[in-house]
Amino acid sequence: MSEANQVEGTRRDFIYYATASTGAIAGGAAVWPLIDQMNPSADVQALSSIDVDVSGIDPGTQLTVKWLGKPVFIRRRTQTEIDSARGISMEDLVDTLARNGNIDREAIALDENRSLDESGEWLVMVGVCSHLGCVPLGDEAGEFGGWFCPCHGSHYDTSGRIRKGPAPENLEVPKAAFIDESTIRLG
Amino acid sequence: MAGIPHDRYEPKSGMERWLHRRLPIVSLLYDTLMIPTPRNLNWMWIWGIVLTFCLVHQIVTGIVLAMHYTPHADMAFASIEHIMRNVNSGWALRYLHTNGASLFFLAAYFHLFRGLYYGSYKEPREITWIIGMLIYVLMMATAFMGYVLPWGQMSFWAATVISGLFGAIPGIGDTIQTWLLGGPAVDNATLNRFFSLHYLLPFVIAGLVVVHIWAFHTTGNNNPTGVEVRRTSRAEVDRDTVPFWPYFVIKDLFALAVILTVFFAIIGFMPNYFGHPDNYIEANPLATPEHIVPEWYFLPFYAILRAFTSDVWIVQLTSFITGGIIGAKFFGVIAMFGSIFVMILVPWLDTSYVRSGRYRPMFKWWFALLVLDFIVLTWAGSRPAEGIYAIIALAGAAYWFIFFLIVLPILGVLEKPLKQPKTIEEDFRAHYPAVKDTATLSR
Repeated sequence: MSEANQVEGTRRDFIYYATASTGAIAGGAAVWPLIDQMNPSADVQALSSIDVDVSGIDPGTQLTVKWLGKPVFIRRRTQTEIDSARGISMEDLVDTLARNGNIDREAIALDENRSLDESGEWLVMVGVCSHLGCVPLGDEAGEFGGWFCPCHGSHYDTSGRIRKGPAPENLEVPKAAFIDESTIRLG
Repeated sequence: MAGIPHDRYEPKSGMERWLHRRLPIVSLLYDTLMIPTPRNLNWMWIWGIVLTFCLVHQIVTGIVLAMHYTPHADMAFASIEHIMRNVNSGWALRYLHTNGASLFFLAAYFHLFRGLYYGSYKEPREITWIIGMLIYVLMMATAFMGYVLPWGQMSFWAATVISGLFGAIPGIGDTIQTWLLGGPAVDNATLNRFFSLHYLLPFVIAGLVVVHIWAFHTTGNNNPTGVEVRRTSRAEVDRDTVPFWPYFVIKDLFALAVILTVFFAIIGFMPNYFGHPDNYIEANPLATPEHIVPEWYFLPFYAILRAFTSDVWIVQLTSFITGGIIGAKFFGVIAMFGSIFVMILVPWLDTSYVRSGRYRPMFKWWFALLVLDFIVLTWAGSRPAEGIYAIIALAGAAYWFIFFLIVLPILGVLEKPLKQPKTIEEDFRAHYPAVKDTATLSR
């Protein structure tokens, strides 16, 4: 009787499977470093927190700083902008989530849930369009007086919320806090 | 090659026999070059040679450019200027390489649409077709990564937008994007790996080209009639075909010479015509250019990517069915990759048993509309995605899918094909009645 007809496993079957499994595990272990090397390196990960001096920002202007390779908008809003951002009904919004890293991300997209301080004077956002990652233009650009992404025409309001165009989400609010009167720490 | 009887290499001298016993390489080259080729091939069959030339040209100019280029975010832009100003003939080499990519894609599109019209993808040439499409996808990846290397504004933002496509994948998108870029945004790590892969992929393409040629040398070339070469006897083969060398090599080289005349005129007189002025501004992660457009050869697919916005009913339907997992952004990405994927599937989407579009009275018109569609999409992709342009792009994108997914399967059933010639010889004689002597037809 040939081995192929035997129902119970033979010694050869065992060796066959053992070798195949060992080979698969060794192969996977060998390939993993080749894949993982493409993930962010230690020096890239190390740059995760920076302090920004905001004493020079006048109302109605913004500072753009580079943080984690991405632009961060730090805007000191005028009262008109704040009123415009706070006078909007939730029904006019495309994305109703606040997307604020400092509070519950699922909070509703009220301007109060996005601005850095209570009065709403300071607005800090990652300047990356949620469509395909371009940097929106600031200084009251676009149809809603906030930001406008030139790549594919997304319009954001004065609170950085998407109002029109292909972008699906509001601009991300990063983890940020005042550590003294004139310094904001990102991350 | 298999199936078609033809001249075989016979080692004659002692030296040749000595080598042939150990490594039959001369035999391989001889049999490849002497492949019986249908004698009725028209001018649309020249693109293979042009493409081969382009691949070699890109590899050669690319290797020498790499001797002067620095793949570092701080130095890449300056090293390109160094090539343009300081390196001997550097400007010429760089312009040859950048415009060479345009010629490569132009030839690839002619080659691809030739294959679509004459049914070159049909049984038994499906593998040739699929390998060709794989080459095309790799060409796009290579060209895209090469475009990032000069580290200008367009380079940087193209990398950002295209890697953003992977970020659109629900759930794992961000992880994949970070892995591809080597950081939270496009930076030095991205530039380095793109350089490495831009250098590697052309050699993978070269390997696939060998397989592509191997595949169609096994099945034999298609031809404008779509009728197979008769293989029952050597005499019949000789009446349907002539050897690739010298007959088609000379014809193809003549065509290549004409094309290169135009190519070199572009290098000399308008080398930046296909480029974008913004790419002469160094990459700035804090400012996006006003209007981002890819190179012309990506425009049709870029138009499809942008066409499906959240106000299109099919996008809303898909979003509703999937519970919002596939939103407008991901839908656009799927549509873009899908528009290429439907081309890969074309051997099975086309149900007609007639190969050549010449004998398909209805297909002809739908095909002409597809070519027009491709041109319109190219144009729409270069315009801002607003107003009338967005509507045109959406209509163009819709027709692209309608052609492959609806028209092709249905035509095979509805259409009444015209009468095809019985043999290639018959077609050839109808075109060249002056060649009466059979002696000139059979060697």
